[in-house]
Amino acid sequence: MTLAWAQLGYLAAAVCFIVALKGLSSPKTARRGNLIGAAGAVLACVIVFLVSDINHLLPILAAIAAGTAIGVVGAYRVQMTQMPQLVALFNGVGGGAAAIVAIIELTEFAGGSAPIFDLIATAFTIVVGSVSFAGSVVTFLKLQELMTTRPIVFAGYPILYGLGMLAAVGFSVGLVLAPSLLFAALLAAVGAGLGVMLVLPVGGADVPIVISLLNAFTGLTVAASGYLLENVLLLVAGTLVGSAGTLLTRLMAVAMGRSLINILFGALKGGSTLGATTVSDRPVKSAGPSDIAILLAYAQRVIIVPGYGLAVAQAQHTLRQLVDLLIERGVEVDYAIHPVAGRMPGHMNVLLAEAQVPYEQLKEMDEIDPEFKQADVALVVGANDVVNPAAETTPGAPIYGMPILHANRARQVVFMKRSMRPGFAGIENELLYAPTTTLLFGDAKDTMSKLLAELKALTV
Amino acid sequence: MTTEPIVWLTIFVLAVFVGVEVISKVSSTLHTPLMSGANAIHGVILIGAILVAGTAQSTPILVLGLIAVILASINMVGGFVVTDRMLVMFSRPRRALEKQGPRELGR
Repeated sequence: MTLAWAQLGYLAAAVCFIVALKGLSSPKTARRGNLIGAAGAVLACVIVFLVSDINHLLPILAAIAAGTAIGVVGAYRVQMTQMPQLVALFNGVGGGAAAIVAIIELTEFAGGSAPIFDLIATAFTIVVGSVSFAGSVVTFLKLQELMTTRPIVFAGYPILYGLGMLAAVGFSVGLVLAPSLLFAALLAAVGAGLGVMLVLPVGGADVPIVISLLNAFTGLTVAASGYLLENVLLLVAGTLVGSAGTLLTRLMAVAMGRSLINILFGALKGGSTLGATTVSDRPVKSAGPSDIAILLAYAQRVIIVPGYGLAVAQAQHTLRQLVDLLIERGVEVDYAIHPVAGRMPGHMNVLLAEAQVPYEQLKEMDEIDPEFKQADVALVVGANDVVNPAAETTPGAPIYGMPILHANRARQVVFMKRSMRPGFAGIENELLYAPTTTLLFGDAKDTMSKLLAELKALTV
Repeated sequence: MTTEPIVWLTIFVLAVFVGVEVISKVSSTLHTPLMSGANAIHGVILIGAILVAGTAQSTPILVLGLIAVILASINMVGGFVVTDRMLVMFSRPRRALEKQGPRELGR
């Protein structure tokens, strides 16, 4: 029996986690919330060493040090543009850790008799932990573009999927009836297979939502291990993340106008992979930086639609200077932030905050969208899918149903693009060929610097 | 003894509602940090990893347990640090803006 004061300590840590999640949902309290969560985690680690009989103290401390070093280096090295990948990896290793913990617990049961609920929790943790681990690795590969970002399906995919599910259930029953490492290994393998199969059919633009879902999965495995280890803190923390993560997944899906079922299984039904990665040779209107500089300088109202391409080119700092200059000239400028601009919801806010763009200039979609009608220029920088009218006009397009920013309603639309390559969702954008649209080709950073120079010349 | 699973189930169900309730009003601006922060919280599986590694009876189990400890600490520490890195950026521009007060008026 764990000591009463230790139980109280775990309770305090659990409260820290609740306060952390609460804090994270408002910009004012977010940072404090996160720090409170970290404090709770540290408290819990101290308690476990004080009250439990922990042997092998040195190797364990060394392992913690190693993990901490890897985590901290990863967290500081990562570029803000690669944030979704890093979250996926961190989530995956958490799921893997939970699965390993369950397997080790099983070795203690093996031979003897264990309560049935414990065995069910063990089976659940091994399967779902492996799903989370393998799924996260695939999402990482997709986001890092180490593999194709397009949905992957093949003939017989649903059947294989179904068989995998059946096998998972079968091996789980096997493990409950006859606890053994063999079933544990089989379960881990099937879970990993299912994790891969879960993510393969998901298109690149939807992958972040799957990360959030896998995050919730890992939370639930942690909760199950809490039951297994009779540790209330793990149960509460895991459940919190499981339920909050599930809700967050839904919120993200709603922001993209997609249903979770459609995201996960849409490609299996076939027909929705309209995306083409071929470059079209339809005529477009393009102009040089000097023309665009004049257009911007003499506009009254400019709305900027930033996208992932902006951040990849690291052009957000130059963009901010450009906007500052326009504001000095009396132009009214705002940024229109689509909920899923960047690679995951809220990502663009992080990227622009990094470039010290004032909060007040970042307008959420609902607020800014009606204003495109009054805008003289909509400047689309490195974005594509979020202004693609196909989301409203082309049923069957992968992004169909996603709310878009109506940049097409502005008097002039300027697209800064590297090439005619389609966006992350892999669909052609009709807006590029609209009569009001002008294209400004080139690397976003390079072009942005030229644009800035031209604008400075006009201002003097 | 028979009531014990019920107690655990009760805690579980209540925690589900708390989890849903605390983040029900999050703005889309914070989806990324929130996901990352929640991700760090489940890194608390480190406690479980320490427990199983600390009671390991054989070398293979110990090695496996230590791997779990490493993975879990990456999850937990990395998660909190990277979330903080993101959130620092959210708070910084505000201060910068306050300093630029007069310019804001000239708009």
